[in-house]
Amino acid sequence: MDLAAAGTGWPDGQRILYKEETDMAAEIVVEISELLQKGRAKNVKNLVQEALDQGIDPKEILNDGLLAGMMVVGGKFKRNEVFVPEVLVAARAMNAGITLLEPKLVEVGNEPVGKAVVGTVKGDLHDIGKNLVVMMLKGAGFDVVDLGTDVEADVFIERAEEENADIICMSALLTTTMPYMQTVIDALQEKGLREKYIVMIGGAPVNDAFAKQIGADYYTPDAATAAETARRAVTDR
Amino acid sequence: MATSRERLNQTLNHTEPDRLVMDMGSTAVTGINANALHRLRKALGLEERRVKISEPLQLLGEVEEDVYQALGLDCVGISAGINLFAFSNAGRKPWTMPSGLSVDVPVDFNTTVDGQGRTYLYPQGDLSAPPSGMMPKGGFFFDNITRGEISCDDIESSGAEDFKDDFAVMNDDQLRELERQCNYYYDNTDYGIIYSSNIAAIGDFAIVPGPNVKHPVGIRSLPEFMMAHHLCPDYIHEVFELQVEVGLKNAELVRQACGDKIQVVQISGTDFGTQNGPFMSQDAFREFYKPYYKKINDWVHKNTKWKTFFHSCGAVMSFLKDFHEAGVDILNPVQLSAKDMDGKILKEQWGDKFVFWGGGIDTQQTLPFGTPEEVYREVTERLELFSKGGGYVFNTIHNIQSPTSAENMMAMFDAVRDFRNRK
Repeated sequence: MDLAAAGTGWPDGQRILYKEETDMAAEIVVEISELLQKGRAKNVKNLVQEALDQGIDPKEILNDGLLAGMMVVGGKFKRNEVFVPEVLVAARAMNAGITLLEPKLVEVGNEPVGKAVVGTVKGDLHDIGKNLVVMMLKGAGFDVVDLGTDVEADVFIERAEEENADIICMSALLTTTMPYMQTVIDALQEKGLREKYIVMIGGAPVNDAFAKQIGADYYTPDAATAAETARRAVTDR
Repeated sequence: MATSRERLNQTLNHTEPDRLVMDMGSTAVTGINANALHRLRKALGLEERRVKISEPLQLLGEVEEDVYQALGLDCVGISAGINLFAFSNAGRKPWTMPSGLSVDVPVDFNTTVDGQGRTYLYPQGDLSAPPSGMMPKGGFFFDNITRGEISCDDIESSGAEDFKDDFAVMNDDQLRELERQCNYYYDNTDYGIIYSSNIAAIGDFAIVPGPNVKHPVGIRSLPEFMMAHHLCPDYIHEVFELQVEVGLKNAELVRQACGDKIQVVQISGTDFGTQNGPFMSQDAFREFYKPYYKKINDWVHKNTKWKTFFHSCGAVMSFLKDFHEAGVDILNPVQLSAKDMDGKILKEQWGDKFVFWGGGIDTQQTLPFGTPEEVYREVTERLELFSKGGGYVFNTIHNIQSPTSAENMMAMFDAVRDFRNRK
C-alpha cells in the first residue's frame, strides 16, 4: 500500500503504512519496536543483530521494528505525552539499530524514497531539532545529506543540485536567523530552481504563517511530522 | 507620589501601584541587545555614546541612567560583576559588533576570529584555553561550544566531581563589588533592586556546557545531558545537589552583604518549555527539579524578605502548580506566544499566586517584524490584561532582539507612557 493511497499518512503515530507487513511481522521485530520506544539502545542493537542472524529481511526490521517504534514515539511527542529527552533516547536506540542495518540494506538494494539536504541556516548554530529531523528522515527511507549548522544559501542550493535532491529542509531556532530562510528561497527563485525542490522549514520561532509568507512548501512542528510530510510530498509529486 | 522602589514593593505584594512598574535591563533575560539599544538611544535623542556590553553571551547592552530617566524604568540589577564566562565585567575597551556597531566591552572580553569569520570567546578571558563561546559570521550573539561528547556510557566520576569547577562560592573581591552596587543604588537612587545572578540555574542550557570553565569534563553536550536524566539519573542529581549547595552558600553571602536592600532575587533561568509544549514530563520535573527549587525558595523565604524571580521560556502552563508549590513568587518571561500560554487564564487563575514579569510583547514576531501600530496595540492589550489589581511588571517577552527597529521600540514605549498617563 502506498502512502498516497492510504491517504491518511501516519496519524498520531499509528502505523498504517506497512499494515500488511505488520500483520506478518516477526515477534522479534515487534520487540525491537517496543524496546526502541523505551530507549533501550543496547537491547535494540542486540535484537537487530539477532533478527538479521535469523534471516529476517532488513527492510522489515527497519520498517516494522525501528521506524514503527520511532513513529509511535513521534506520535506521542506530538500529543505531548513524551518530550524531547524521551525522543532523544529513542532516537539513540534507533541509531544503534540503523548502524547495523545500513550495510545490509545496501546489500538488498533498498531504494531510498527520495533525497533531502538538511541544514540549520546561516548565523544559527542550533542543531538538536535538525539532527532529529535528519534521523527521522533516514528512518523514513530518505537518503539524507546533513549540511550541519550555519549554512549559507549557496551551500544549500549547490549541494541540492550536486546531490540531485528532492527536498531542501531548513531549520532555525532564532528570531534573528529565521529571515535567512527567505534569502535561501529568493536565491532559488533567482536561479530558476524554486519549482525543482520541495522546501520544508522548521524551528522554534517558525510557523505555518511564516512558511506561507516566505513561500516555503511546508512547515512542520516536529521531526516525526517532518518525516511524514516529506514522504507524502515526494509521493504526491 | 510613590518611588520606583515602593511601587515595585506594592507590585510584589499584589497591590496596584500608582504607576505601572517597568523593567528593561535589570537581568540577562529582561534586557536589550546592544544594536537595538544603540538605535533606541538615538531615537530618544540621547547623547551619542558607545554602548557597553553588559552580558557577553547575548551581547546585551548596559542600560544607562539617561535611558532610565527618558523611559521611566524602575528596576536595576546588581551582581558580583562576574559574567557567564567567569571574567569580570569591569573596565572598557573598544570592540566592533558583526553589525559594524562600535561598542565597549569589558577589559577581559578577549576574542579571536577564524578563517570563516567566526568569532570565539574564552573562559575567564584566557586565550590559552579552548574557546567556550562562538558567534557565526554575521551573527547576533554567541552560543556555547560543546567541549567533549561524553555520554552516560563514558562517565568516570560523579557529577559533583565533574562539575566542581563550574560552581564557585564568591570571593571577597566579588562580595565587595556586590556590596558596593547594592549600597550605591539603595543610597543614591529610588530604583527597585534585583540580584540578577541566578542562585542555581540547575540544568540551564547556558550553564551545562561550562562556558566559565577552561577545561570542562563530564557530560556537556545538551542532548547527552537531557538523555542522562533517563540513562544515568544519579549523575544529574549529583550535579544539581552541588550546584544548589554552592548557590545557597552564595545566597547567604548576598544576604550578609545586602540584606533586604534587595527586593528580588533571580533564582533560575532554566527553560522548561519549548514553543509547542513542555520540555520534559511532569514526572521528570518533580523528580529532578522541583525539590531543588523548593529548597532554594524555602531558604529565601525563611531568611530574607526577597521575592524569588523564576525565568522559564516556553509553554509551561502544565508546570504552574509545581512552580507554585516549589515557592516561586515571580514568573518570567510569560511567553504568551508559546502553546496554550493564554494570558487571560494566566491572570485569572494564577494572578494571585505569581507576579508576572514580562509578557508585554512578543519579541519573536510582533516587536521585530510587526508594524508600529501592531506593536502599540499588542502592548496596550497586554497592559490592560495584566496590570489589573497589581502583580505585574512590564517587560518584553525576553530580551529585545537585535533586528528591532527604533520605530517599533518607540511604539512600545509610547503605549506604556499612554497607559501610565491614563491611570
